[in-house]
Amino acid sequence: MANTLFEKIWDAHVVNSIDGGPMQLYIDRHYCHEVTTPQAFDGLRRRGLKVRRPDRTVCSPDHNIPTEGQDKEITDPVSRKQIDTLLANARVFGLTLYGLMHPLNGIIHVMGPENGLTLPGSTIVCGDSHTSTHGAFGAVAFGIGTSEVEMVLATQCILQPKPKAMRITIDGQLKPGVTAKDIALYIIAQMTTGGATGYFVEYAGEAIRSLNMEERMTVCNLSIEMGARGGLIAPDETTFNYIRGRRFAPQGEELDKLIEYWRTLPSGPDAVFDKEVRFDASDIEPRVTFGTNPGMGIGISETIPEPPTDQAGRESYMKALEYMKFKPGQRLTGEKVDYVFLGSCTNGRIEDFRTFAAYVRGKKKHPDVTAWLVPGSWSVKKQIEDEGIDTILADAGFQLRQPGCSACLAMNPDKVPAGKLAVSTSNRNFEGRQGPGARTVLAGPLVAAAAAIHGVITDPRVDNQ
Amino acid sequence: MSKQKFTILTSTCAPLPVENVDTDQIIPARFLKSTSREGFGDHLFHDWRYDENGNPKAGFSLNRPEHREAKILVAGKNFGCGSSREHAAWAIADYGFRAVISSFFADIHRNNELNNFVLPVTVTDFFLNELLGTIDRDPAAKVTIDLENQTVTNLTTGSSEHFDINPYKKECLTRGLDDIDYLLDHSADIEEFERLHNK
Repeated sequence: MANTLFEKIWDAHVVNSIDGGPMQLYIDRHYCHEVTTPQAFDGLRRRGLKVRRPDRTVCSPDHNIPTEGQDKEITDPVSRKQIDTLLANARVFGLTLYGLMHPLNGIIHVMGPENGLTLPGSTIVCGDSHTSTHGAFGAVAFGIGTSEVEMVLATQCILQPKPKAMRITIDGQLKPGVTAKDIALYIIAQMTTGGATGYFVEYAGEAIRSLNMEERMTVCNLSIEMGARGGLIAPDETTFNYIRGRRFAPQGEELDKLIEYWRTLPSGPDAVFDKEVRFDASDIEPRVTFGTNPGMGIGISETIPEPPTDQAGRESYMKALEYMKFKPGQRLTGEKVDYVFLGSCTNGRIEDFRTFAAYVRGKKKHPDVTAWLVPGSWSVKKQIEDEGIDTILADAGFQLRQPGCSACLAMNPDKVPAGKLAVSTSNRNFEGRQGPGARTVLAGPLVAAAAAIHGVITDPRVDNQ
Repeated sequence: MSKQKFTILTSTCAPLPVENVDTDQIIPARFLKSTSREGFGDHLFHDWRYDENGNPKAGFSLNRPEHREAKILVAGKNFGCGSSREHAAWAIADYGFRAVISSFFADIHRNNELNNFVLPVTVTDFFLNELLGTIDRDPAAKVTIDLENQTVTNLTTGSSEHFDINPYKKECLTRGLDDIDYLLDHSADIEEFERLHNK
């Protein structure tokens, strides 16, 4: 009998099992954005199919959109066409779409949860690997390819082999100055970039339980960066309190009944996982990456490790360091920073802006740093303004931009120039991710804030000003 | 998408002896703006393949004349990690590759390859390293991939391995069927599930 959180949800959504093959899984919620859907809608047209459940499908363009002047026509004709194509497809197939400047528009993994569209116990997919974000609610959420987007649009089902279950437990309490992003980057470095491939990961333990929903989303968001199919956290009072009163969330008796069911979802005390890993929260310090995948990271007080001894591993490692212009044995603190990016589906939520603002309050942005502060959604931007965080940021020399994926993958004009070093709160430091030749150091909002103030990579716990 | 059936393939190989090749390297994000599935092959491995002026980099595997006709890509472990973009699989297929050999594939990309009738072949580190060495010594070296018997053979050394693929996907590839065909055939089950579970 299924006894892990993951298996309970997965098993409740199996329509069919193919002998020796994948399972046919029913999908409760399908999020769509402009980059990975046009070819799927074309496929529907070619086969003469409709969208089976428009009521379970929500669209929000996010990847391509500029973070300035969204009220004007997008200047890049190819980006404009892709967004217009999503608009046209949503209209033809009768789907809900929150377009540019709409108060509900935002990065799909930010706008969904904040509007109560992501619920515990559900299955959630999107043509985007960071769909794992929604696992923070105790949902089975994972990224899919465009052929699979077409499957879900056409049939509300997907064929997937059932992943194995892993539990990662973080015991104890976090030290001051350590954020959810640091937990995730620590886990990925320990597990390596492919170390959780084939698994669905449940995050557990005291340090995870004490996180708020925004922080839990940051942790689950990065599951894919160690290869995991997804990540999830058992729903609890923190989850239920977050959902209550959200725009599209169930209400009243309906919600009470659901909460009753959601309380049955957590893994039982006798739950058996295919793999169990434990870490101690007190071993985690603020993190930075030094290489070209998110697993290549260190604590901010540490030095870049020596390369692995096997030849293939060594060559790949040195290729990454050469790209980053770093050397084994060196520290990252003191490295000159050209760009700072606060935003993305990883760290573009209100908590991230609160954390960043708390550090920069009363200080001044370093004159040599270009800072891009990009809220994950219009709703986050409004909350920043309502809380007066925009004034704190403005006094410190920072301006807010308009919401979108922005410099996380630089499909819009926010590109880091070749050779420049960016401290980024996003999710990937791959070669060229933030622009051809751009050098990305991944970090949490606190390390990003310290870099923006000091102009060099700085341990946020050691404040010299 | 062409549903090109896969049975048996014998070809030269293009080597890419790099670990953790992410889908941002297979196809950088700025080339994802097309709304069709065609033409991505021109940008396959773009930033490794071309310099900033768009000229081919002489040393890169795909630019070497002896690898131009290769239908098999041989890559280091954890191939296709990162973004879920199916454009990576489209680029690989559009370029002309029919199979990728590696000792380890990332999940989403592996599915994307299968859904585009590109066969991901997982081999041992030993087989991979031996094959990369073979290609290094003789770029004309050939490999045979036999899907029916699930074997991959280095024709130079004679090394041969069994590879795994689930029987359902194997049938899809050999018969040219895709998942949507299966799901549409099972619409009644979906209706029943929605009724039973109040979806």
